[in-house]
Amino acid sequence: MIPELGNFALALAGALAVGGAVLGLYGPRQPVLQHGVLSMVFGQWGFSLIAFVALVYAFAVDDFSVAYVANQSNTLLPWYYKISATWGGHEGSFLLWILIMGTWMVAFSLRSSQFPPHFATRVMGTLSLLNLGFICFALFTSNPFLRLIPLTPAEGADLNPLLQDFGLIVHPPLLYAGYVGLAVPFAMAVAALLEGRIDATWARWCRTWTNMAWAFLTCGIALGSWWAYYELGWGGWWFWDPVENASFMPWLAATALVHSLSVTENRGTFKSWTVLLAITAFSFSLLGAFIVRSGVLTSVHSFAVDPERGMYILIFLALVVGGSLALYAARAGQNTAKVGYELLSREFFMLINNVILVVSLAVVLWGTLAPIGYEALSGGRISIGTPFFNAFFVPLGLLLLGALAWLPVLNWKRTRVEVFTSVYQALGIAGVLGGLVWFALDPASLLVAGAVALALWVLLTHGRQLWLRWRKGSVPAAYLGMTLAHVGFALGTVGIAITSTQSVESDVRMTPQSSMELAGKQLIFNGIVEVQGPNYAAKQGLFEVIDGERRYTLRPEKRQYFAGGNTMTEAAIAPGLFADTYVSLGEPLEGDAWAVRAHYKPLVRWVWLGALLMAFGGVLAVFDKRYVRQRRRLQAPNAESVTA
Amino acid sequence: MSRASFYIPLGVFVLILSLGYVGFDLGARNDLPSALIDKPFPNFNARLLDDPEQTVTREQLLGRPTLVNVWATWCPTCLSEHEQLMLIAANTDVQLVGVNYKDRPEKALQWLAQFGNPYDLVLDDRDGLLGIEMGVYGAPETFLLDANGQVVYKRVGDINPRIWRAELAPRLKALGVAITDTAEQDSKDAS
Repeated sequence: MIPELGNFALALAGALAVGGAVLGLYGPRQPVLQHGVLSMVFGQWGFSLIAFVALVYAFAVDDFSVAYVANQSNTLLPWYYKISATWGGHEGSFLLWILIMGTWMVAFSLRSSQFPPHFATRVMGTLSLLNLGFICFALFTSNPFLRLIPLTPAEGADLNPLLQDFGLIVHPPLLYAGYVGLAVPFAMAVAALLEGRIDATWARWCRTWTNMAWAFLTCGIALGSWWAYYELGWGGWWFWDPVENASFMPWLAATALVHSLSVTENRGTFKSWTVLLAITAFSFSLLGAFIVRSGVLTSVHSFAVDPERGMYILIFLALVVGGSLALYAARAGQNTAKVGYELLSREFFMLINNVILVVSLAVVLWGTLAPIGYEALSGGRISIGTPFFNAFFVPLGLLLLGALAWLPVLNWKRTRVEVFTSVYQALGIAGVLGGLVWFALDPASLLVAGAVALALWVLLTHGRQLWLRWRKGSVPAAYLGMTLAHVGFALGTVGIAITSTQSVESDVRMTPQSSMELAGKQLIFNGIVEVQGPNYAAKQGLFEVIDGERRYTLRPEKRQYFAGGNTMTEAAIAPGLFADTYVSLGEPLEGDAWAVRAHYKPLVRWVWLGALLMAFGGVLAVFDKRYVRQRRRLQAPNAESVTA
Repeated sequence: MSRASFYIPLGVFVLILSLGYVGFDLGARNDLPSALIDKPFPNFNARLLDDPEQTVTREQLLGRPTLVNVWATWCPTCLSEHEQLMLIAANTDVQLVGVNYKDRPEKALQWLAQFGNPYDLVLDDRDGLLGIEMGVYGAPETFLLDANGQVVYKRVGDINPRIWRAELAPRLKALGVAITDTAEQDSKDAS
């Protein structure tokens, strides 16, 4: 009964999405219809929530007559994994996607009074149209409420043990909040194109939403990378896997958008480009969904292949992206503005930033789609791996850092050459320190030293400017946010450079009471104990680590899950701000010996801390006075006159 | 900037979309991930891991059913399927060929010495070129070839007791491979 109720609620949400889309796009200037759209947005969210809660309920009570529950859950699962199993598979995760879409729509409508009503109504209409596409996809190709009656199984198949983890509980919601959040700037771009109005005010409206979505996406990607690091047991944190690329591409586009919006807001230029980026960023979210859910590319974490779903998403993608780009082609040309700026100006460096990010995006897109193209043309198969991406991302990342270091002293429009003295001084200091790093890490490559030096350069110039501003007593939230995000980027790059070149990895055979040395630490294997988890039995290795004065025990596990019979390796990690010690159990060998994999990973945490700092900076910028003031102001009368 | 240039993004998108469509079409037709199914195993010329002087070509795999297993020492899943491969080697007369994929030969030899060598032949594919020919997504992967060198089955991921029982053993039987019962024993208790 409850699952049917959920299905019905989802259908109702779909019906309201039809209404919201039609009214929002057809009559944005009629007050009655405006209120209608507003209430329909709330309705879509409310019914999506009911549908989602119904599915969670089916999981909570182990209702295996629901096919999706039977495939994803098991009575032995702890309750929190039963709940998170709701979004452990394709159907349920898409329902979560819809719920998050509804939440963004409600968030927007709660703020709609700060925009001209017709603009807000158009945005909500566009969002409803997108939501309609999502809901139809769920209802017709991936309905999570389908029953297995009368063949109801007595026990469920269990959630993939890889996904039985805290990381999975939070990773998809954050990532989807980022993906779907990009729909808001997308809808604002579409509304602006429809109204023929793209200006600095529009950019200001867009920025808060873009920053929030971008911050969610950043956190989601960082969390996914962290999860891969501790759960997959390979010790890596990024694999250039198609699914990872699928989340990285919208991130690159959104990062470019965050910067381009700043130019449009402050200088009224880059307008068409900004709109194009807003469309692009969301398009890549959809493309990511297509890649992950259609089976075009297989990957470690892709969902079940279903041609029908792939075709649906492809058609949806064609309509949404094709439609918005056609609108762009028809309308964007009306908004060209000539605003001059010199080479040494913030605009030009933003342009550099955008070019680098878009080139990176093209590289990832190429690396992800080229295997398909190659197969289509020649019938053969190629694999594009880490070397390809590294060959591009190392120079592109360094170039980006190098350009970033100049930013704090740059003015809009033009910059006097004298102010660069401090930048050169900082470069000198950073160069010397980078050189020292090179000697210290010998025989690390020059590239590592270069990356460290460039990051230091960025830190110095940003730190100096922040200090100067702080002394003058003017550090707006937006400025602090920007500085934090840039510092995060620099620290993240240092982490990437050091951890990918300075890690120590050894795979050894160990007998109980034997010891090994790992990067100056002593690792003693104290044998194996048996432990019982809620739904698995495990062999737990006891490894004592002696690190100077510090002693601690690491307990990696080899788990055997009861339900699926899957064996899982659970690595044990001693995290540290400056280095992680990572031990995982391989296979038992003859006698009492075990194959043991021990890693020493310096600065690996910086990769994620850098990302978190970036996300935090992005959110902080939203709380700048100029956006808060804009939220308070009632726009209605004077904004009308600006529009076409 | 001319008005026409605003159509460029649309053009690029149409290009990408058609690529996606073609890829999707291919995917549906080949029932991914088995591009080589019912096609001849590719020609190759690879060195033996334990004797780099000696090379092996496709012809040497013909004549009897063959399992080609892609593995590497950097792949933990390969280690977990190793036991099952040992059982297969001990209890069937299928030809088991290992492809040591993107690996260091000295590490690989040490691995085989340590855990046992189930393979009749191990090919050295340290640069992954054979893997590209075979359309390998990652290790482990296992291909089943009939006596004529046609790929009849491909498994991406580990060969565990369940896969062995449900998918591999029946196909081997169909190809006329003799299997003693012990190969089907569940290795669950052993680990």
